[in-house]
Amino acid sequence: MSTTNKSWDLVIKPHGKFFSLNLKEIWQYRDLLEMYIKRDIVTFYKQTILGPIWFFIQPIFTTIVFMFVFGGLAHIPTDGIPQPLFYLSGITLWNYFSESLTKTADTFFTNQAIFGKVYFPRLIAPLSVTITGLIKMFIQFLVFILVYIYFIASGKHISPNIYALLLPVLIIILAFLTLGFGIIISSMTTKYRDLKFLITFVIQLWMYATPVIYPLSVMVGSNKKYMLLIQSNPLTSVMETFKFGFLGQGTFSWLALGYSFLFSIIVLIIGIVIFNKVERSFMDVI
Amino acid sequence: MSDTAIVFENISKQYRLGNIGTGTLSHDLKRWWTVSVRGKEDPYLQIGQTNDRSTLGTSDYVWALRSIDFEVKQGEVLGIIGKNGAGKSTLLKILSRVTTPTTGKITAHGRIASLLEVGTGFHPEMTGRENIYMNGSIMGMTKTEIRRKFDEIVDFAGVERYIETPVKRYSSGMLVRLGFAIAAHLEPEILVLDEVLAVGDAEFQKKALGKVQNVSSVEGRTVLFVSHNMQAISTLCTRVILIDKGYILQDDETSKVVRNYLMFETMKNGSIEWSKEDALGDTTIKLRAIKILDQDNNIRNHFFSKSKIRVQFDFEIYTLDKSLVVGFDLTNEDGIVIFRSYHNDSDKKEWPEFKTGKNSIYCDIPGELLREGTYYICPKISLHAIKWIINSDPLLSFDVELNHGLSPLWTFYNKSNRPGVLALIVPWKNVN
Repeated sequence: MSTTNKSWDLVIKPHGKFFSLNLKEIWQYRDLLEMYIKRDIVTFYKQTILGPIWFFIQPIFTTIVFMFVFGGLAHIPTDGIPQPLFYLSGITLWNYFSESLTKTADTFFTNQAIFGKVYFPRLIAPLSVTITGLIKMFIQFLVFILVYIYFIASGKHISPNIYALLLPVLIIILAFLTLGFGIIISSMTTKYRDLKFLITFVIQLWMYATPVIYPLSVMVGSNKKYMLLIQSNPLTSVMETFKFGFLGQGTFSWLALGYSFLFSIIVLIIGIVIFNKVERSFMDVI
Repeated sequence: MSDTAIVFENISKQYRLGNIGTGTLSHDLKRWWTVSVRGKEDPYLQIGQTNDRSTLGTSDYVWALRSIDFEVKQGEVLGIIGKNGAGKSTLLKILSRVTTPTTGKITAHGRIASLLEVGTGFHPEMTGRENIYMNGSIMGMTKTEIRRKFDEIVDFAGVERYIETPVKRYSSGMLVRLGFAIAAHLEPEILVLDEVLAVGDAEFQKKALGKVQNVSSVEGRTVLFVSHNMQAISTLCTRVILIDKGYILQDDETSKVVRNYLMFETMKNGSIEWSKEDALGDTTIKLRAIKILDQDNNIRNHFFSKSKIRVQFDFEIYTLDKSLVVGFDLTNEDGIVIFRSYHNDSDKKEWPEFKTGKNSIYCDIPGELLREGTYYICPKISLHAIKWIINSDPLLSFDVELNHGLSPLWTFYNKSNRPGVLALIVPWKNVN
């Protein structure tokens, strides 16, 4: 056998490529991705009495509290949509975004021990968080559907339309945004931990810049000055499109949705570039 | 089979010491400015000191590994030994792609699985069964592979009874068994083991050693094995690399390297000699003996401070190289280097001559210089500005008893309590 002219399976060098999304490698590790997702879902309710029911309790209680605080006390309008439906739709989407983002942003910290011992494509970890979050969201979506059916059956004025079929697009935008922002933040927190404190705070504020507890239609009159800020938020069109499609109320525009879609793709690409740079040597700085 | 499995080429790893995070932004900015904007070399890559945890360095950057070059043949069990902090684990971490080298390149054939520390990747809430699947897939196995090997793994680990119990209820020994069992049944082409056999009971250790042997000899896979257990190294490995302060000090047959390593541990007094086979060095030069002598050429390890101390180096030169430098560091009990001496420190006409074949050179450490205490000789042989050949820790020691400071001030301080690294008497005079 000649030893001079052979191809190496593995080459380890100081610097990797600027942008390398090794999908083939991630595919090779798909079983690991599946195990990660399974682990996160199963361990979520281990040693609890109510078990998977906890997935439902969370959005229901939040909705009740929102109805009381924002609907009851603050009298924020809901565009004529029944309050439970309005809040539930916002919460389901928003919870996915905020929970997955916080968790993804912590990728390098939570996986520090294992990343420091074995190699596997690091992207598996944030990817699993994003997908786990999606599964949770689908489960919580069932709650929304149940409440939805209840209100339709009880003759409320709800008119879903063809735009409800845009749901997959909305989910893709959300997933790209969480994954993209998440890995950017996680990459940067390895070195500058200040961001870790900032992120919880920013996510909190972000909710108020997103039409979760209020419809975009309240941004008129004296509120008009905030309109630009709210519209530049890529989550706005996602929320509004969802409400427009399923509940028949809200503001929909292809332009806004296109903006969000483009935004999410750019964030994801930037995220992958930064993540690539950090994942190779983060063990030295964390 | 003598195919090469892994090639390490000029692998170096630089670490930043101290509190990472403070001042990183300014360093990052400076680095970015010089490298990207001005197109010069990274300013922080040029500095950096040898990896020696016992002496305090002046630079914030340290080389944990420096110019590591070696090859591993397929089916070989290569042992890597060295003191704590010598750079063994860093080397394995680079190979396992946990961190990147600062310079150099590693090329390898086949899948690498590393068992750097047993039990990593176990989720406490999940059962043994779930964890086998989890851990296996972390190490790159597919589900079908794990399913095929499942019974074997459980059997090897001996945890059948607890397989449906969350691993947080496992004893640490059981975790170790399970972790090792998974890694050992992985079937990677290259298996990296770092101190994994240090835990577990005697019976399991024996079983694990047998398994590692089997993996290489029967299944023909390459194993890299780090351990402080010389017995395990001796039984398992065909070849051993001794790493010291980030450099490869010796790369040879197991018995020779292990013997040398153990010699470091038990410091010799007065003189140290190596047989031709065991000698330290490379194809340029091999160090055969270091002797500490008095003025009558008797080997001694106890001196009075008034007398000169002769240090003699015996070595063999195979290829005469102009840049060859032979010398040593003299260190004291605190690990402080009193001085470094090279054969060519003086004027060129006074240098000892080197010839191919056997050489013996000596130098005298002057009297009335050293204070009372124990001193160590650390041989340093290099091709100047090219590479280290021997950059060793203390190999020899000798004691000095103070007898040259006769004023009461010396004796009053009980000799050894007087401050100062040296006991130099500097005459004082009146100004006229």
